[in-house]
This record gives sequence, C-alpha cells and structure tokens, in this order.
Amino acid sequence: MLKIGVPSKGRLMEKTFDWFGARGVAMRQTGAEREYSGAVEGVDGVELVLLSAGEIPRELGAGRIHLGVTGSDLVRDKLADWQTQVTELAPLGFGHADLIIAVPAFWIDVDTLDDLDAAASAFRAAHGFRLRIATKYHRLVREFLTANGVADYQLVDSQGATEGTVKNQTAEAIADITSSGETLRANHLKILSDAVVHRSQAVLFASRKADWSDAGPILDRLADRLGLPLPAVI
Amino acid sequence: MSAKAAIRAEAENIFAAFQAAGAAPVEADILLPAETLLDLYGEDIRARAYVTSDPLRGEMMLRPDFTVPVVQAHMAGGAEPARYTYMGEVFRRQEHFGPRASEYMQVGFEVFDRTEPEAADAEVFALIAGLLAPLELRAETGDIGILTAAVQGLSTTPKRKAALLRHIWRPARFRAMLDRFSGRAPLPEARLRLLDRLAGTDAGALIEAAGPAIGLREPADVAARVAALIEDARTAPIDAAETAVLDDLLSLEATADKALLCLEVLAARMPAIAPSVARFARRLDALDARGVSVGTLAFAASHGQSSLEYYDGFVFSFHADDPALPPVSTGGRYDALTAVLGQGRSIPAVGGVIRPGLVARLKGLS
Repeated sequence: MLKIGVPSKGRLMEKTFDWFGARGVAMRQTGAEREYSGAVEGVDGVELVLLSAGEIPRELGAGRIHLGVTGSDLVRDKLADWQTQVTELAPLGFGHADLIIAVPAFWIDVDTLDDLDAAASAFRAAHGFRLRIATKYHRLVREFLTANGVADYQLVDSQGATEGTVKNQTAEAIADITSSGETLRANHLKILSDAVVHRSQAVLFASRKADWSDAGPILDRLADRLGLPLPAVI
Repeated sequence: MSAKAAIRAEAENIFAAFQAAGAAPVEADILLPAETLLDLYGEDIRARAYVTSDPLRGEMMLRPDFTVPVVQAHMAGGAEPARYTYMGEVFRRQEHFGPRASEYMQVGFEVFDRTEPEAADAEVFALIAGLLAPLELRAETGDIGILTAAVQGLSTTPKRKAALLRHIWRPARFRAMLDRFSGRAPLPEARLRLLDRLAGTDAGALIEAAGPAIGLREPADVAARVAALIEDARTAPIDAAETAVLDDLLSLEATADKALLCLEVLAARMPAIAPSVARFARRLDALDARGVSVGTLAFAASHGQSSLEYYDGFVFSFHADDPALPPVSTGGRYDALTAVLGQGRSIPAVGGVIRPGLVARLKGLS
C-alpha cells in the first residue's frame, strides 16, 4: 500500500483533486461531506489520507505517509534539513504565495533589509527591547534574516491574523504569506523590496523516511500514470 | 570504560589542571532565564539553544555556555582578581544532521583581572595550549580589538562608526556597509527616490501621507531616521586610503611574529590602531615568555568575526585535522560583556573552554 497525504479541505484539496484527475487518477472524498476519508481510483494500492496541510510535512518526515501534497514553504519551515527527509516529485502549479516581510506603510525610511536592520537598532535603543517580527514561519524567517545579517530583532509567534499584530502593538513588523498583497494594504503595511523569503507553491513530495519496500512498485505505476519521470529518490 | 565515563575522566583531569593553575571551582545552573541570553545574543541563540517554558519562572534556556552565569556570579560579588574553573554539560540545538553533538561537556577557565590584560591573555592561552599539546592541534588566533580600533580610527561620523561596529561580528554585512560608506557601492534606488522627494517636501508631510501611524515605532522615530538619512547622504565618503587599511587588515593572515610587522606598517598608515597594535606586541612578548612559539602561531585579523558576539579583544581556537569536527577549544577576551552584565560595573575578563569529549575522541579513548 502507498499512502498519499492530501490537504483535507478547501481550495488546496480541490486543486489537488483536479491536478490528479486531469492525469487520470481520480481522488474523491468518501462518506459524508465532512468526513475525512477518501479513495483513489486509477492506480491500485494507493490509499488517500486527508490531513491538515500543516501536518503533512511532519507525517512525511516521520515516514507515516509515502507521498504528500503541501506548500513548499511549510516543508522548508517545519523540517530541519528538509532535503534529507523528503524530495520534490513535482511542483503542482497552484497555491502560489510569497513569504515576505512587511512593515507599516508610514515607515518611509524603511524599504530594504538594510533599513529594517538600522530601524531595529534604533528601536532597541529607544524601547529597551528588540524589534518584534510576528510570524508563524520561524525557521525560514530566522535563517533568512541571519543570512542577510539583520540584528536586533526578535520573532514573536503569530498563528493567524498576523497582519493585525502591528496595529494591536504585539509586533512592529510581520513576516507572512501573501498572494495579492490586498490584506497587507488593508492593514496599512508595505512589503520590503528585497525581502522575499520564499516563493511558495503546492508541491508533490515523497518521503525519504517511509518504508518503500511494498510501495516502491506502486509509485512506479503512479508516476507512469501521472506522466512524471520515474523518481530515483527512494 | 564507557564513552561517557572516559569523557568524564578526561574532564576531571582538565578541571584538576585548571584548579592547579589557581582557579576556584564554581557551579552554574543548567536552567537559565532565557531573557538575559536572548537579550545578549539575539534571535540566533534561539535557534542554537533549547528554550523551554516554566509555569512560574517563564521562558528558560538549557545552559548553552557557562560564560554568562559565571560572569553574573562574579559581578554579583566576586573578589578581585579572580580565577574560576567549571565543568559540566552544555546544550546546543542542531538544525542540521551531522556530527555536531547537541549535549556535551565543557571545562572552562576564566580570569578576571585588572592589572595586566595581555599577561592574562597569554596565561589562558598558554595553559590551554599546554594541556592540549599532546594532541598536536592547530591553533588560530585573532584580535577583535585591532579591528574595532581601525573602525574607530576612520575619519567619518560617529553614526557611521557605530553602524560598522555593530556589525563587526557579521562579516558580510560589515563589508556591504563599508562599501556603501566609502562610495564603492551605490545607494539603493529606493533611498535615492526618498531623498529626491524629501528635497521638495517636509518629512512630516510625507510620513502622514504614507499611512496611519500604527504600532510602537512612532512617526517621530521615522522622522529621526529620515533626518539621519539626509545627514548621511551629505556625509563625504570614507577616504580610499583609510578603507584600504581596513581591507588590508581584514585580509591579514600570517604567523603572529610576521603579523606584528604588518600591523606596525598599518599603524603607520592609521595611527589610531597604534595602541592596540602595541597591546598585540605586549601579548606576543607575554606568550613568548610562557613558551608559546609566536613564529609558528597562526594569526588572522578577522578570526573570531563570526563567533558569538561577545569577544572584543584577543580570540583563539584549537582545531583537529578533521574539518568536520568543531574546535576542541575556543576562548577570548570579553571586557564589554562584564559591563553589560555588571549593571554599571565592569572588569577586564578573558577565558576559554575545552571540550573533553573531543579530547577523549582524539586520544582514541571514546
């Protein structure tokens, strides 16, 4: 049996079903509309596991599922040394979003990371604590800011409504996913010009940690059906 | 003997040697308040240390090194001069798979002494070099103090010097900043546009037009930095001859005795570094007096630039041949840290740590 993890709700689930469907592999929810069980038709031996997109990286890393569809941002953020734990089989061409850093629009003196760093230094001197950046992407943002030599900041956790944290005075800047930037503008924030931390999209990942002894041949058949090059990853 | 027992035995030997050298043994908590460490090291330490939460004491950290608790204990009421030694586990989160341990023993030796800093530098280095001599390690040394003096010696504004000093421990950013201040790199597009707009309009009006004031950073803070940007744009670029001294300094790598000759030449070009070069010369004499061969000792002026940002003078490390192994020993001078933790008081301090786990491994004991 080959287990494939797919986001359990919303547009990500629909788009994933569409992507597989267009390649002759039908996925559907079974049972009641809100029941998290599913079926795969077109290739024998594939079991559909409906999961929260945020949990799919962990399940891949633990090897409890063989394949999984989730955002490239989530895999990079949640898995240390992600390339050693999973491999990318195919970018799926949807779920595009950029992980960016944004600051209040009235900060006319801040446009680049260089400016953010200088503003953080002055902020710390004036307020006695480091400038707070609200995010849920801790690893990605910290690695990005370290690589770019930004100092005197701290990350504060925000699992949702991150754009509101500045107004609520729980952070001075944010690092979040945006596709159109509308929510940012509505919350009087602007994007730094050189701070695209990651360009994310939905990707079909394979786990390097799963047991492939039985699932290997099934993956070969599935890849053939999907028109993907035979993965030499496992 | 099990690996752990072999490492502990090795640690006990080093601990005893440090005590024989006059150090008083001290203990430190394993659970430390995270706030002090985060305040000192910034967000980087969060990636490198285990942070946990305590329902009564708030955010705590598993001891990532001994320096901070030992300095705190000394500043809270240690006699002067003081020599301390400690032995115990430290914990480092690893973000990458590989040979680096997330829990290992450290044995350290720290000297708090106002009288002769260079003699104290040499004492710590020679003591550790002597203990590690059988392993035939490669020693590397540096001096953050000379770098700092060179930045202080630039003929430019205090703001620019402060900005450069703040990034001494981030070599890439330091370089980028130096390139911009010396006119070798252009101003970013957005900055030019902003300066252009400011030529015609008052900053306050631009800030107000850009959006509502949200968050703790206030319009006055923005206006203050805008004023600083205008001032900076009017500041003359750092003289090419001075930048060249800094470039030569950053790329200086030689044996310590030859490095001294180079540094003396650089001091003739930039007299501001002369006192720290004299200090370097005194340290070499002190090392020589303790039997360290300065004719073979490796020196690089940029060594220690990418370490945790508290060393501010002499820095050193000892390496095994295997490049995958972390340094067997590291240390240096951290005068400024004692001022930060001393609440107004400070004392010159220098110290170093040895990893007995690596010593045992290199001896083939574990």
